[in-house]
Amino acid sequence: MGRFLARRMVSYAVLVVLATTFAYLLAASTLSPRVNYEEHSPQPTEEQVDRRLDELNLNDKTPLAERWFEWATGVARGDFGATVTGTSVNEELERRVWVSLRLVTVGTVLGSAIGVGVGAYAAVRQYRAFDRVSTVAAFLLLATPPVVLAISLQVLATTFNDAVGARVFVFNGESTLGLDAGFWGTLWDRVAHMILPTLALALPQFAAFSRYQRNMMLDVLGSDFVRTARAKGLSRRDALLKHALRTAMIPTVTYFTFTFGVMMAATTFTEKIYNWNGMGSWVVDSIDNQDVHAVAAVSCFMAVCFVVASFLSDVLYAWLDPRIRVG
Amino acid sequence: MNMSVEHGAREARPSREAGEARVPGRWTNVLRRTLATRRVVIGLCGIALLATMAWLGPLLSPWELGERDTPPFLRPPSPEHWWGTDAIGRDVFVDTMVGLRKSIVIGLLVAVLSTCIAAVVGGFAGYFLGATDRVLMWITDLALVLPSFLILAIVSPALRDRGWLVFVILLAAFMWMVTAKMVRGMTMALKEREYVLAAHYMGVPAWRIIFGHIIPNMSSLLVVDATINVSAAIITETSLSYFGFGARGSDVSLGSLIAEGARSATTHPWLFVFCTGLLVVLVLAVNLVGDGLRDALDPQSNHRY
Repeated sequence: MGRFLARRMVSYAVLVVLATTFAYLLAASTLSPRVNYEEHSPQPTEEQVDRRLDELNLNDKTPLAERWFEWATGVARGDFGATVTGTSVNEELERRVWVSLRLVTVGTVLGSAIGVGVGAYAAVRQYRAFDRVSTVAAFLLLATPPVVLAISLQVLATTFNDAVGARVFVFNGESTLGLDAGFWGTLWDRVAHMILPTLALALPQFAAFSRYQRNMMLDVLGSDFVRTARAKGLSRRDALLKHALRTAMIPTVTYFTFTFGVMMAATTFTEKIYNWNGMGSWVVDSIDNQDVHAVAAVSCFMAVCFVVASFLSDVLYAWLDPRIRVG
Repeated sequence: MNMSVEHGAREARPSREAGEARVPGRWTNVLRRTLATRRVVIGLCGIALLATMAWLGPLLSPWELGERDTPPFLRPPSPEHWWGTDAIGRDVFVDTMVGLRKSIVIGLLVAVLSTCIAAVVGGFAGYFLGATDRVLMWITDLALVLPSFLILAIVSPALRDRGWLVFVILLAAFMWMVTAKMVRGMTMALKEREYVLAAHYMGVPAWRIIFGHIIPNMSSLLVVDATINVSAAIITETSLSYFGFGARGSDVSLGSLIAEGARSATTHPWLFVFCTGLLVVLVLAVNLVGDGLRDALDPQSNHRY
């Protein structure tokens, strides 16, 4: 099992390197940081622009291979280069990574855990009220694009705030600027800001997982080994939790990796709409600013996230499925 | 499922009237099952209704696409402007219908294309295994790891002038991976079946076995997957257009309408509610068809809604 995971690690690492390189090459050949200088006044001369771009390693007159080599040697030393404005990508990265990770982790864990729970319970209560309600909710949520969901939540929150006459829901930024309310006050402020974006991320996850888990659970519920477990005297609860759910969760764990990619894209929309300065909103901003190095850094981050999710699902898979443990 | 029981009973019956009695073929069976699944029928009706609306609606409306009414702008819905007008006096109904049309066409094309890619890649990887498999699966993994939204966002503005067909190809290029992996798994199982082995020993070339025996045998999986991809494509297209990364500059799509409407969702709800509502209904209808088809085509599934 250790060797199996180690081998997966190596191939994942290579994938991250390839994905980042590909994103860099694509961004470097498509985006043109030169455009940013066109609207400066006074208009800088071409030499000035060239000199500045050379400093930043963004000059499109330098051959792509040369630029890539300089960038790659930097990345190998842990330096992602400079943004178009000359600041360090690393500093920006450090600031933004935690913002996004907080959102993604809480959203994923909440969404998938509740989704699996609701889906499994719905399967046990097939065709009862709980099942029907959760199915309708999941179908509606699955039909709502993340953008629309995030905006709708905002609209609902505004309406609610207006109706109550107080700011119950806040949906702009990560925290109130210049707030001085001590540790607990600050913490509460941050949590309050997190509620809506986290919901916007967790709800689609919940919908996807509850549908999937329900189908998997239905496949397992009628199987012989669950009946055997009951027959040998296990309580219904134990038979369902330890035998049925555990087996039914194996395919869901693989599914987790696939939904994660969708989730990363959804983060982009959520952060942009709720004005969070995380990695996701950086994607949109850096493309708008023709910021090649930032794009490469974000791609690297997203690839790492995806790979970590795949690795986690490998580990979970191995833990859940006794047959896999040999590798 | 009772279908297979019936089928078994029919086979077991001594064929007294063999030759006269028509045993329903696979596709007749599939069609019957499909129409017996209520979700599929509801979903198909929904899609048909939306498509009719999208293509005939603008003809019925007195307003043309891009035609502007005189001020005051931002009029609420009225008999004259069924769904109101926007900030520069355009008729929201006509705009939304044209956007809906584009979403439907893009969704269908992307789904068909990406499922084809997936079938070919998965089929070849699973049939040949070895080096072919390793190379193809590496490409698949790489495409999965690449942040597709980011790549699409970078590339599509650069290709904006080439028209929306290029956009369709781009979208499809990032949607085939998961299906390809499933197809590969199924191909490896089908490869050991007698009829595939028979074809192989009769000297049928590998590509004809893949296209003639293997891919048709998982057509149900592919049909279901194509349906699911339709909704995924529509959602991705909307999201890209929302941020202005869609391929079609000044053209309307549901995404660009939602982006415009979102800013005034609370003050002028008609700008936001109609396009969003139609989008949700469209995706919901497609999902219903996909979900129903999965049950109808999968002999092992037990009626699950």
